[in-house]
Amino acid sequence: MTGFGGFLLRRAVGTVITLLAISVIVYVVFYVTPGNVAQITCGPRCSPAQVHQVAEQLHLGDPLYARYGDFLQGLFTGHDYSTGTSVEHCEAPCLGLSYQTDQQVTALILTKLPVSLSLVLGAMVLWLLLGVGTGVLSAWRRGRLSERVLTAVTLAGTATPVFVIGLVLMIVVCGELRLLPFPQYVALTDDPEQWAWNLLLPWLSLALIEAATFARLTRAAMLETLAEDHIRTFRAYGVGERAVIGRHALRGAFAPVIALNANNVGSAVGGAVLTETLFGLPGIGQELVHAVKVVDLPVVVGMVLVIGFFVVLANAVADVLYAVADRRVVLA
Amino acid sequence: MSEALVAAEAAVTGVEPVPAASGARQFWRRLRTQRAALVAAAVVALLLLVAVAAPLLTALEGQDPNSYHPALIDSARGGVPIGPFGGVSADHWLGVEPQTGRDLFARLVHGARVSLGVALAATVVQVAIGVTVGVASALGSRWVDQLLSRVTDIIVAMPLMIMALALLAIVPSSFPRPVLVALVIGLIAWGNIARIVRAQTLTLKGLDHVAAARLSGWGPVRVARRELLPGLAAPVITYAALLVPMNITVEAALSFLGVGVKPPTPSWGQMLTAADVWYQAAPQYLLLPAGALFVTVLALTVLGDGVRTALDPRAASRLRVGTGRGRGKKGQASATAPVPPAVTPTGADKSAPTEQHPTGGTAS
Amino acid sequence: MSLVRVTDLTVDFGGLRAVDGLSFTLRPGAALALVGESGSGKSTVASALLGLHRDTGARVGGAIEVAGVDVQRAGEEELRGLRGGRAAMVFQDPLSSLDPYYAIGDQIAEVYRVHHRASRRAARARAVEVLDRVGIPDAPRRSRSRPHEFSGGMRQRALIAMALACRPDLLIADEPTTALDVTVQAQILDLLHTLREETGTGLLLVTHDVGVAAESVDEVLVMRHGRVVEHGPVADVLGSPAEPYTRALLAAVPRVEAARAPSGERGEVVLEATGLRREFGRGKGAFAAVDDVSLTVRRGETLGIVGESGSGKTTLGRMLVGLLEPTAGEVRYDGRARAGVRPDVQMVFQDPVSSLNPRRTVGESVADPLRARGERDERLIRARVGELLERVGLERAHQDRYPHEFSGGQRQRVGIARALAAEPRVIVCDEPVSALDVTTQAQVVALLGELQRELGLALVFVAHDLAVVRQVSDRVAVMRGGRIVESGPADQVYDAPRDPYTRRLLAAVPSLDPAVAATRRTARRELTEV
Repeated sequence: MTGFGGFLLRRAVGTVITLLAISVIVYVVFYVTPGNVAQITCGPRCSPAQVHQVAEQLHLGDPLYARYGDFLQGLFTGHDYSTGTSVEHCEAPCLGLSYQTDQQVTALILTKLPVSLSLVLGAMVLWLLLGVGTGVLSAWRRGRLSERVLTAVTLAGTATPVFVIGLVLMIVVCGELRLLPFPQYVALTDDPEQWAWNLLLPWLSLALIEAATFARLTRAAMLETLAEDHIRTFRAYGVGERAVIGRHALRGAFAPVIALNANNVGSAVGGAVLTETLFGLPGIGQELVHAVKVVDLPVVVGMVLVIGFFVVLANAVADVLYAVADRRVVLA
Repeated sequence: MSEALVAAEAAVTGVEPVPAASGARQFWRRLRTQRAALVAAAVVALLLLVAVAAPLLTALEGQDPNSYHPALIDSARGGVPIGPFGGVSADHWLGVEPQTGRDLFARLVHGARVSLGVALAATVVQVAIGVTVGVASALGSRWVDQLLSRVTDIIVAMPLMIMALALLAIVPSSFPRPVLVALVIGLIAWGNIARIVRAQTLTLKGLDHVAAARLSGWGPVRVARRELLPGLAAPVITYAALLVPMNITVEAALSFLGVGVKPPTPSWGQMLTAADVWYQAAPQYLLLPAGALFVTVLALTVLGDGVRTALDPRAASRLRVGTGRGRGKKGQASATAPVPPAVTPTGADKSAPTEQHPTGGTAS
Repeated sequence: MSLVRVTDLTVDFGGLRAVDGLSFTLRPGAALALVGESGSGKSTVASALLGLHRDTGARVGGAIEVAGVDVQRAGEEELRGLRGGRAAMVFQDPLSSLDPYYAIGDQIAEVYRVHHRASRRAARARAVEVLDRVGIPDAPRRSRSRPHEFSGGMRQRALIAMALACRPDLLIADEPTTALDVTVQAQILDLLHTLREETGTGLLLVTHDVGVAAESVDEVLVMRHGRVVEHGPVADVLGSPAEPYTRALLAAVPRVEAARAPSGERGEVVLEATGLRREFGRGKGAFAAVDDVSLTVRRGETLGIVGESGSGKTTLGRMLVGLLEPTAGEVRYDGRARAGVRPDVQMVFQDPVSSLNPRRTVGESVADPLRARGERDERLIRARVGELLERVGLERAHQDRYPHEFSGGQRQRVGIARALAAEPRVIVCDEPVSALDVTTQAQVVALLGELQRELGLALVFVAHDLAVVRQVSDRVAVMRGGRIVESGPADQVYDAPRDPYTRRLLAAVPSLDPAVAATRRTARRELTEV
């Protein structure tokens, strides 16, 4: 299909533009803050001389676009930083140096990334299975007691914030019942079994609320499809309820579920921050909260950009999947 | 066409004929038939009352949320409240906070104030921006539409929690914190409502009664106010009702992380930050804010569902519990009105198979 | 033995009786049409034949026997065997009646495998076979397309193919051509006719269109309010109706053969369009919905604009009243060029539901032009609105009601009252009667005629229905692909069409006379073979 290639190209260009726009917004917002950037950066206890030195280091005298250009250049070609005595080279996707530790932000993120990816991807598998499964089940059992129970449970699920369910799970499972030790991150490459056991509770905490959302959407989308004319056609041709639900209604719910999954990556990332903080997992989220508290701007900007990158990418992938699921979109 | 037959069918399927005359009265009538929504509405009303009357309630108890009571905690045991059930007494109805000895009841009801206040204020900001952008996008020129739609796409792509977390870091602490939290949430999370409003406005714009109003000689402003905006009320209210519980969760999460509402202002999320350390000595220190959050978000969600059902009975009836099996077969039994060959309002060619994908989804 | 035997059928929805004591039989291979206006219960009967009312809350009484199956008592399995296997339904809207996500061939194969032990491959082969049978070109390849890749007529063919897949004894067709253009409708009716000749399948046709029935069946059953009005051979019922209702129904059906009664005086030219063009889209997707159209309308005359969907007639109508700006060309009013809307050129819209604001009383809507003109005296406004409502055949007191309290025909009358409130000299009617039942349709058309004579209005009547257009128009323009292919006095265009497209259109119009219908069918075959 020639139209599909064009669609992919448009999507790709759109994604790049969105990423650039986000980088501009993030950069501008953080470096044109209300208040003295140098003062914020240096910390409240800095002497005026120190503040001045920081301002110099940050090239705060330069116009904004020049500083942004500089930042962008660092992203694509790398950057050299003088640390007073020597010159440190920061490799190609350079997001700058931490004000607090002088560590390269890119390197910092790379050490934290596996933890966050383990958490989010694992939880995603869980919430898709649980959520879609529950949704299909309640559409199949519609009008019966089991559906009412499922509906009530999913409703309660959507009303329980990640950190509340996480707290409760941790206290009950690790504290009271002592079924599991308090989670401690173990790298997948070190010990896959321990990796999974330790992530079990974080996965559950993050996945349950998302699963509830998916269950509600899947059920709604399936009921919506079941009310459509083509379902009537297949019933009028003697097709059984099982095939009507499993083949036609489920297929109709497919595209909305993909769309929701994309929309939810953003909120899931927020949930991941909470989960990491709660369980003390050394991921990007926990580091970001720390950086925010100590106002380490390069780290904050770097992390927001990296997270934004993943979210936008996930959205783009979902858009393409959505179009594959529903080819009519391409023509629109 | 026999109106009676339509009504009779509606009685069978639970679908009411087009709401049409609408108005607040009809809305209440439909909301009243939903027991769960009514209970939820009562709970929400109670919560609002508590929030508004928080100073009064704490005065009744004789406490305030910010006074320390070092005498009520056992510093030798690391700050555990003295007395049974975390220090419950006639003076302190729900006990005191570990370490500080602040009154828990006072902090909880003042927390309701912060929680609901921030969430509602954020919703107002979101709706204001979303409706303005959505309407401008739908009614403006191609160029305006393109620009605003792109901006909306970018806003939607930004992860709310992350952006809020980061933004809250850089604003000087002199800025009043609850206002700031509400503003930040409001300024980041208006993308979806803008999309909904844009789509709805475009639909309404194509309706014949809008064209008829233009033909009768009214100017564009009056046509928009009279014919378009009332049609937006239902989807906007519906979506706003979903936003409030979401905003409550986000505020609580930010405060839980220690970057939202700052101490000493009480907030449910903040109270949970240290709860895992104290749950054995003072379980209510965990259960009260967690329960308050759960009940509030649940009540608001159920109320939101009820509002949607009352505003759009057609769409919602399909999603209601217990609509019975085999609804799909039903449709055709209706007195089929002869459907004329479809003619689009613009007269654009129909044979080209375009249009509608099942959700408003991400097909932007 | 009969193929269908319905005895004393009743269907109740809640407290309302949709079908009331209906009995009929159908011999194997015969064709019967259930004809009636909306609310007559005809579609309900069709669903009841397949037991589709089970578990819906509707109560079905009486006896139904289809192809030897007692539908009322049959078990779930037996019923499923009947549905699609021995009796197959062809639905009205071909787009929404097929699953958008699966290839058409797969959907037919799925249905086939419900009723026959067959491998996927064999079922797929059968699907291709029936698709080929209903005239889908290049069936093996096209069977892999999904419904949205088909045109409306092709989709309806695919639905018929699905119905044929299991070689049923009975086809139930529920308004099978209502969503289609007249030329496509003729093709589908011809297809049904040929299939019946070749396979000997029985046909139960549900339709509101007497002409469609006359084209397709041997017997007609006229229904009203759930009861039988008249039942007999098609030539008898349509040729010499015994019942008053049948006579009224037939009298209301506009005929493409009948010339219009000469209208009143024609005056000066009020509206003139020259070289109108309107484009939609940009770049590669751009196309001209209307392309170089010029026309004039005189005081007191009706210009009919007729065309199939996508012909650009609605776009043209919207440009004439100023709701759309032309890309090129201009509209002159009283000899002066004009841009935007103006009160003395009004419009009556197609959809009686969306053309009135559901949140305002009809009085408010009708008063809009008065208020916009600056009238402030509320008593005067009420009086004038009441007068206008009475003029269009409603009551003064109706002005405080909301649109949903009115029937479709009444809403259309309100729309006309609103147009009149602006004291227009020209009214453009865009498909004003196509959403209405045929008797209501006749009343609204008569009202427009009266108003025209009384007020000397110039009317532009845009419609797809050739018969209605002939009934109301002095002059007619035929549109196709955004252009006017033929125009002239109505009698000339209809009786001696010059353009081949006009001839094809006219040949496709169903006739009320079965004998004429047969000759036309032969004529159509020749036209397509040429």
